[in-house]
Amino acid sequence: MSLPLPESVDAVIALLAAENYVCDRQLATALFLSLKLKRPLFLEGAPGVGKTELAKTLARALNTLLLRVQCYEGLDVAQTAYEWNVARQMIEIRLAEAAHEVDRETLARKLYSRELLIERPLLQALTQTRSPVLLIDELDRADEPFDAFLLEVLAENQLTIPEYGTVVAAEPPITLITSNRTREIHDALKRRCLYHWVGFPTVERELDIVRLKAPGASERLYRQVVEFVQRMRTLDLFKSPGVAETIDWTNALVALNTLQLDPASVQDTLGVLLKHQDDLVKMQNGDTAKLLDELKAKALL
Amino acid sequence: MIADNIVHFARVLRGAGMAIGPDRVLAALAAVELVGLQRRDDVHAALSAVMLERHEQQPLFDAAFDTFWRDPKLLEQMMYLLLPKISGRGDKQRPPRANRLAEALSAPKAPEPPNPANQTAKEEVQFDTHFTFSDRERLQKADFETMTTAEYELAKRLAEQMPLPVEPVRRRRHAPAASARDGGRLDLRATLQRMARQPHTLAPLYTRPREELPALVVLLDISGSMDRYSRLMLHYVHGLMRRALRVHTLTFGTRLTNITRCLKERDPDVALKLADEQVQDWKGGTRIASSLEEFNRLWARRLLGANAALLLVTDGLDRDEHGDLSAAAAQLHRLAHRVVWLNPLLRYEGFEAKASGVRALLPHVDRFLPVHNLASLADLGAALRSAPVAPHSLLH
Repeated sequence: MSLPLPESVDAVIALLAAENYVCDRQLATALFLSLKLKRPLFLEGAPGVGKTELAKTLARALNTLLLRVQCYEGLDVAQTAYEWNVARQMIEIRLAEAAHEVDRETLARKLYSRELLIERPLLQALTQTRSPVLLIDELDRADEPFDAFLLEVLAENQLTIPEYGTVVAAEPPITLITSNRTREIHDALKRRCLYHWVGFPTVERELDIVRLKAPGASERLYRQVVEFVQRMRTLDLFKSPGVAETIDWTNALVALNTLQLDPASVQDTLGVLLKHQDDLVKMQNGDTAKLLDELKAKALL
Repeated sequence: MIADNIVHFARVLRGAGMAIGPDRVLAALAAVELVGLQRRDDVHAALSAVMLERHEQQPLFDAAFDTFWRDPKLLEQMMYLLLPKISGRGDKQRPPRANRLAEALSAPKAPEPPNPANQTAKEEVQFDTHFTFSDRERLQKADFETMTTAEYELAKRLAEQMPLPVEPVRRRRHAPAASARDGGRLDLRATLQRMARQPHTLAPLYTRPREELPALVVLLDISGSMDRYSRLMLHYVHGLMRRALRVHTLTFGTRLTNITRCLKERDPDVALKLADEQVQDWKGGTRIASSLEEFNRLWARRLLGANAALLLVTDGLDRDEHGDLSAAAAQLHRLAHRVVWLNPLLRYEGFEAKASGVRALLPHVDRFLPVHNLASLADLGAALRSAPVAPHSLLH
């Protein structure tokens, strides 16, 4: 059964908007093409700009299964694709011995049959009856050998298991790969994907996002928060706050019953936005006051 | 019509240094067909999704797209103007490989008459160390414009055979092992496969964590005081890149430049020429603190993942009035798995850390490699083989 896919870029935007995901037109176009051309979509960008969220939302919107591979160093086939149930294989051998079965062909077929294969996300993605969303999250955290292993799955939608044969997907998965760029992913893998850089949103778009994701604040506070964070991103910070941090910060301010930004409230909640000591010190040494003054000058405070 | 245009557009981008193969052109055609030609931003988004590979290519692509949409002919001319700046490679810029080529073309020198008196002694020396005295002499006089064959061989040997300034790290990936010692574990799948081949025997197979050399990031000081060493270090780093090791190289003087792509060129002379063109601040002043800060902010997270080690090549003489060297070095130390400082400017044995820059750097390095008057690749080899100096012992 194939999925009903959106028919235009506008349909993609509407589909995601229905699930509270605000998406700019360029990202929607890339996603639309990835769905239509059946190519994986490679999303790169700073942490907290909604890369993983996109996959989750897409799975919800298309009402299909989300399969997630969280990458880390040393990730191997057994953890991501498949594994033989060796314990059961051993038992099968013992049982065959006890029953005096002598036909080795039958036994070998039984030992390496589908029942004794433990499916991990990548193999699961190929065996569904309805195209799932396959999210390969933070690929840059895995080591390079894993990139090479992914090539077959991404390009051919198939997986070769030496003892069993090749599993070809009847319904190819919708694959999204995310990376925070802590290393360069190999060109061979990028070549098989569509590429999109997820940047920080514009003021208006970020306002839309915060209104949806952090309800309960006044319109005035939303604008102050977004303008403040957008200005912070222009400073030389070690780690600029992402959209996720803006949402968290708004929620924090609402929880503290803040009606509008002032030096004290910013000071108390800065840890929600910035996670590096050097950045915190930098902000405390005058940058907070400077940004608040700028907001005041624009009559936002 | 649109197909012609896209093929043309791809060719222009390819000329500007972007790797756009025929597969991408086909994908671009399909993409434009799908999104339609009604909206300009849709076509832009579609083409960039298909043709881009890295975020850095976006400005170039945007500029090309904007111009192309107006006038393809104009774009082509503009791209030619841009070409030398962007491409960074291409045959036109290859310098002549003067020295080595001339040597190769000239008639071979007549072999020296063998001198039976010192033949055995000479051989012993060569076995002991690859670097003979005469080699060193010639290197000192070389102007490093292009390498001679001897230098080339020496640099290659040095990079291949010398111990690296970094230690191998234990990975989470496993490799077959003889026993379960050192964090090993039983490999059930392999054991069962072997049992299928040799029934009646139960011989468990093991794996254990693989050890491999980490990626190496080289931060190379190319300021005036380091002038004599930077070219030599570049040859060494170029040699390292030929070894199966991931090496990223950045130079700094008054600004920070990533020259990894230049050094990927196989020929060391071409690689150095390309690096020479890219780096703007040879032999200038040093701003170690701001350079390290910039590295921490822009590159550290991209390059220092997966336990990468950092090789800092500098004399530690900072002329930076603004930066806080100690803080920058401390942050670098937290970001890198290992920081090795190679200081090629120690002229005497009884070195004491007196310069403020040196004092600021020393507490934040894991290994200190002082090279006494580095004059040749051979000296560098000797330094790499020498016992490490504990950085903290020098501070008192």
